[in-house]
Amino acid sequence: MEGLINLPASLGRYSIDIVSSIGRAAVFLGLTLSRLFHWPFPLAEFIKQLNFVGVRTLPVLLVAGLFTGMVVALQFYDTLVRFGSVDLLGSAVALSLIRELGPVMAALMVIARVGSASCAEIGIMRNEQQFDALECMAIDVYRYLMLPRLLAAIVALPMLTAIFDLVGIGGGYVVGVLIHGESAGAYINGLIDTVTINDVLMGVIKSLVFGLIIMWIALVNGFNVHLNQSLSGAEGVSHATTTAVVLSAIVMLSFDFIIGSLML
Amino acid sequence: MNAHYGDRQVLHNVNFSVAEGEIMVVMGGSGSGKSTLLKHLLGLQKPSSGSISLLNQNIAELGRKQMMALRRSMGVAFQGGALLSSMSVGDNVKLPLRENTELDENTIDIMARLKLELMNLAGFEDLMPAELSGGMLKRAGLARAVIMDPKILFFDEPSAGLDPVTSVELDELILQLRAALNMTMVIVTHELESAFKIADRITVLFDGEVAAMGTVEEIKNSSDVRIQNLINRKPRDKVVDADAYLQRLTAGGT
Repeated sequence: MEGLINLPASLGRYSIDIVSSIGRAAVFLGLTLSRLFHWPFPLAEFIKQLNFVGVRTLPVLLVAGLFTGMVVALQFYDTLVRFGSVDLLGSAVALSLIRELGPVMAALMVIARVGSASCAEIGIMRNEQQFDALECMAIDVYRYLMLPRLLAAIVALPMLTAIFDLVGIGGGYVVGVLIHGESAGAYINGLIDTVTINDVLMGVIKSLVFGLIIMWIALVNGFNVHLNQSLSGAEGVSHATTTAVVLSAIVMLSFDFIIGSLML
Repeated sequence: MNAHYGDRQVLHNVNFSVAEGEIMVVMGGSGSGKSTLLKHLLGLQKPSSGSISLLNQNIAELGRKQMMALRRSMGVAFQGGALLSSMSVGDNVKLPLRENTELDENTIDIMARLKLELMNLAGFEDLMPAELSGGMLKRAGLARAVIMDPKILFFDEPSAGLDPVTSVELDELILQLRAALNMTMVIVTHELESAFKIADRITVLFDGEVAAMGTVEEIKNSSDVRIQNLINRKPRDKVVDADAYLQRLTAGGT
């Protein structure tokens, strides 16, 4: 009974918390992006982050891309054989990867490897007074730490997606042409004839938006780790990291649907 | 100045000044408001009323850019060093110069080596913060705090967590620094021996209020019972309200 009486109050508190969090995240993004116009741009930090997000994600991305392409080709081959349309294998694999699987799978790799690590790093920096130290050294935290990380994710993810697509198409070639003995010409020509600039554009727009979403959510969760009154220290950072990973994946997939709906 | 956390007042009419070249030690027990006071002095928090004047500027009224400019004249050494964990000790020490000056890298290298030498950390510049001991972290943090030759240095708990020998070494270092660079220093500590050794004057905080202020001798000879309890490490007397205690035990029931 008491629970029922307290329900409206709990819902109210929860709603206020959500609205406050969204507001804080929006302010955080605004402040970070406003530093685009502040001099000097932290180029060294940007290159370091580009290496972290891009180059160091490559090994796992190459493996995932190869197997994703092979699995997609295997499934399509089995279906297309039944309808006598195996010539469409190249188109089917390429379109699935470029429009959908490439951006989403590359984004999931970045969430798992980079989003979690960035959130934890920023959260620990907050707990160890490193932000206070930067402020006291007259170094703007948004310009020096946040902007390079955000830009690195936005720049690196489309490149990672492109590499994932290429490796995936290669994986499809291995299954379709080398294993099942289909025509290499049909696979490649089908791909070239079907894929349009709009398909590529959809993949690029998705990966740009995903890069922004992933790093924004990771950074803001780490940055506000101290606001969690019930959890502090390592437990607070662990909770913030889990929240960032889950939330990034959900928001990323929601935007995948929204962008797909608008562009198809 | 006064400061609040929500409805709770944590600093009450705190009022003191520090002369140029002076070492002012802010002392007090846990929960006395030392750390809160330091955050306000650094401009990391704004007072709910009153003003804080640093180098003749009221920091409560400064805009972000003016505050940044003022901070280039200040140095802060944090309790745990607060070195950026992703950078080597050398890069940490060089960071303020790289970000706030247009000096060339050779000059920055020389200045960083000078300060590290002063802190007995020569040869450690390539190590990462995780590879340093507690005392070394504090000294590296101090090297970074003084790299810009600030006019005023803030130091949070220099002796906390250090063994007695390292603690004495750090006190000596602080005195050497003042002698060499003639810096004004505000040092927050709860270590009595350290405070008595390095302070020109001491401000004692008690429950967010200034309980006493004066030279080391004046503080030692204070007739205030709270100060004498602090100096003699005597725990505070607990006033037990029998009714409130009973109510707590019975969770408000009878």
